[in-house]
Amino acid sequence: MTDIAPSADTLLIAKPAPRSRNLGQIIRWLLLFIGGVAMVMPIAYMISTSLKWPHEVYNVNLIPKEPTIENYTYVLEDGRFYWWFVNSIIIATITTICNLLFDSLVGYTLCKFRFPGRQIVFIAILSTLMIPTEMLVIPWYLMSQSFGWLDSYWGIMFPGLMTAFGTFLMKQFFESVPDDFIEAARIDGLNELQIWWTVAMPLVKPALAALAIFVFLGNWTAFLWPLIVTNSVDMYTIPVGLSGFGDEADVAWELIMTGAAISTIPTLIVFLIFQRFIIRGVVMAGLKG
Amino acid sequence: MANLALRSLTKSYGSTEVLHGISLDVADGEFVVFVGPSGCGKSTTLRMIAGLEETTSGIIEIGGREVNNLEPKERDIAMVFQNYAIYPHMSVKKNIAFGLRSSNMPKPDKEKRIREVAGILDMVDLLDRKPSQLSGGQRQRVAIGRAMVRDPAVFLFDEPLSNLDAQLRTQMRLEIKKLHQRVGNTIIFVTHDQVEAMTMADRIVIMKDGHIQQVGTPDEVFHSPANTFVARFIGAPSMNLLDGHLDGASVTLAGGQEVTVPALRGGGIRKVQLGVRPDDLHPGSANPIITGKVTLREPLGAETLIYVDTPSGEIIAKADGRTPPQVGETVELGADPENLHVFDVASGAALS
Ligand SMILES: Nc1ncnc2c1ncn2[C@@H]1O[C@H](COP(=O)(O)OP(=O)(O)OP(=O)(O)O)[C@@H](O)[C@H]1O
Ligand SMILES: [Mg+2]
Repeated sequence: MTDIAPSADTLLIAKPAPRSRNLGQIIRWLLLFIGGVAMVMPIAYMISTSLKWPHEVYNVNLIPKEPTIENYTYVLEDGRFYWWFVNSIIIATITTICNLLFDSLVGYTLCKFRFPGRQIVFIAILSTLMIPTEMLVIPWYLMSQSFGWLDSYWGIMFPGLMTAFGTFLMKQFFESVPDDFIEAARIDGLNELQIWWTVAMPLVKPALAALAIFVFLGNWTAFLWPLIVTNSVDMYTIPVGLSGFGDEADVAWELIMTGAAISTIPTLIVFLIFQRFIIRGVVMAGLKG
Repeated sequence: MANLALRSLTKSYGSTEVLHGISLDVADGEFVVFVGPSGCGKSTTLRMIAGLEETTSGIIEIGGREVNNLEPKERDIAMVFQNYAIYPHMSVKKNIAFGLRSSNMPKPDKEKRIREVAGILDMVDLLDRKPSQLSGGQRQRVAIGRAMVRDPAVFLFDEPLSNLDAQLRTQMRLEIKKLHQRVGNTIIFVTHDQVEAMTMADRIVIMKDGHIQQVGTPDEVFHSPANTFVARFIGAPSMNLLDGHLDGASVTLAGGQEVTVPALRGGGIRKVQLGVRPDDLHPGSANPIITGKVTLREPLGAETLIYVDTPSGEIIAKADGRTPPQVGETVELGADPENLHVFDVASGAALS
């Protein structure tokens, strides 16, 4: 679609200055190529390392000399990895669903209702964005300790069930839902919760999809807090568990990379599912205008 | 169906009062149009009737029942918004069905009702489409369908046609009027377009700055405007207003001409404005009022509008389309005495 316009003006402008245009094109391609390689290399090495025997791991060659799937069988048959995977799935999924619900409820309320103190609440939520996780883990830990949440799903999840960023994102997107829609539904006899769910939420699907991807990936890769709050190996998430693969003396990179390779699969699935909503949402918004 | 009554309705936002005591009785089945310039409070009044906006003081009655403290859904009203407010993520059918969501009608009856409404609005074939696949006029019809499906006591329309192009607007105007004749519900229709008001209304309510200026049939507001605001607002081009002095039964204009006006209320000596519509003011009339030089002509086909420079300022008159006076020509303009209006300058109120 987008290359229609450039090719049309190529017809008009290309003749007087073909050389400089070609050069620009080459530079552009080169930059894109470098960027692409930089993105792909870590993934390529991850997969390559996961297919190597331990003695070959410290060779930089991309193609393993004696490829093996031994690492995969080992990791998949290792009971620990299975549990970490399940933990990560449960935690990332629940956190994502909670964020979609809570962030959009709060965002919607802040956007569409006028009540005393609204601005203050909004600013208070936003200001939490300024505080880095590293500063929060100690209070979280002390809190978990007093409540007895250490080493539990709840303990891992509770700080992230709602995020200021998500609330802000949803509030901004609800601005695009016309007040008329909400008032029309009110006249049609829906209560406020029904209006939020049946009218407002479907109209911000692209934002929900983006938020779902952010939150899922964020929790899937979260390391610091799950590391601190969990004690037993069975409660580890994938990143925490993988970091401890191997023994004290020797880090088993081939196993870590194997686990990492396996653990990218759910993130790919989540991305593929929700990315479609984002594109469809853009199309819908285009038709509306 | 029901009548509607507004009793001394006021509305304040903070300390600013934007509606100052609106009182109005609307009969069952009547088509009432609120018209007025932007910001005069039409939408606010409508939204108060709908229950979307709190009333500061005063009473709203629908069908003889005070509804001030009822939720919108309990008021038995339906509203059509300027931007249609139909949901892009639902099919036409779902959109129309939305109006029935909170009714406890059995499902087959709902289905039947939706078909019936789609039939009336001539959109049975469109039921499965998404709003993005509809034209502006069709979208507006979906919005009307959603309002109709519940058969409410009162329909509220807030400038529903202003997003349509001129031709479609004329067509929808007609359709809404036909619809009203067919279903007979009470309609309150808000617009800032006086042509819409004149063509559709049983009665027109003309508002300005939160006050009602006049309530009357299109005929009444056109032929007997209550004040200069109504006189200028209704009719296009606007009524000419010529400054003068009232002395007994005649008005002396700035240029010294004396014009006799029949049936004046309250004589005395005072400053007045003589009002005459361009449609009523012609060159070579039997009852001349004022002379001036033609500065501009606007041919409209059958007739030609002429702009005439007179001692009382520029005024507009209508001349024959075939033999209009030339630009630069001096013309004597006149009007039948019954088409003359006199307004008090101080209050703006009509004296004739
Ligand atoms: N939420 C609000 N807060 C403060 N003032 C308001 C609010 N809503 C409306 N007003 C004021 O009330 C007055 C009436 O507004 P309203 O929307 O009823 O005008 P309108 O006649 O519908 O105009 P338009 O033709 O532009 O739609 C305006 O002066 C407007 O500024
Ligand atoms: Mg309005």
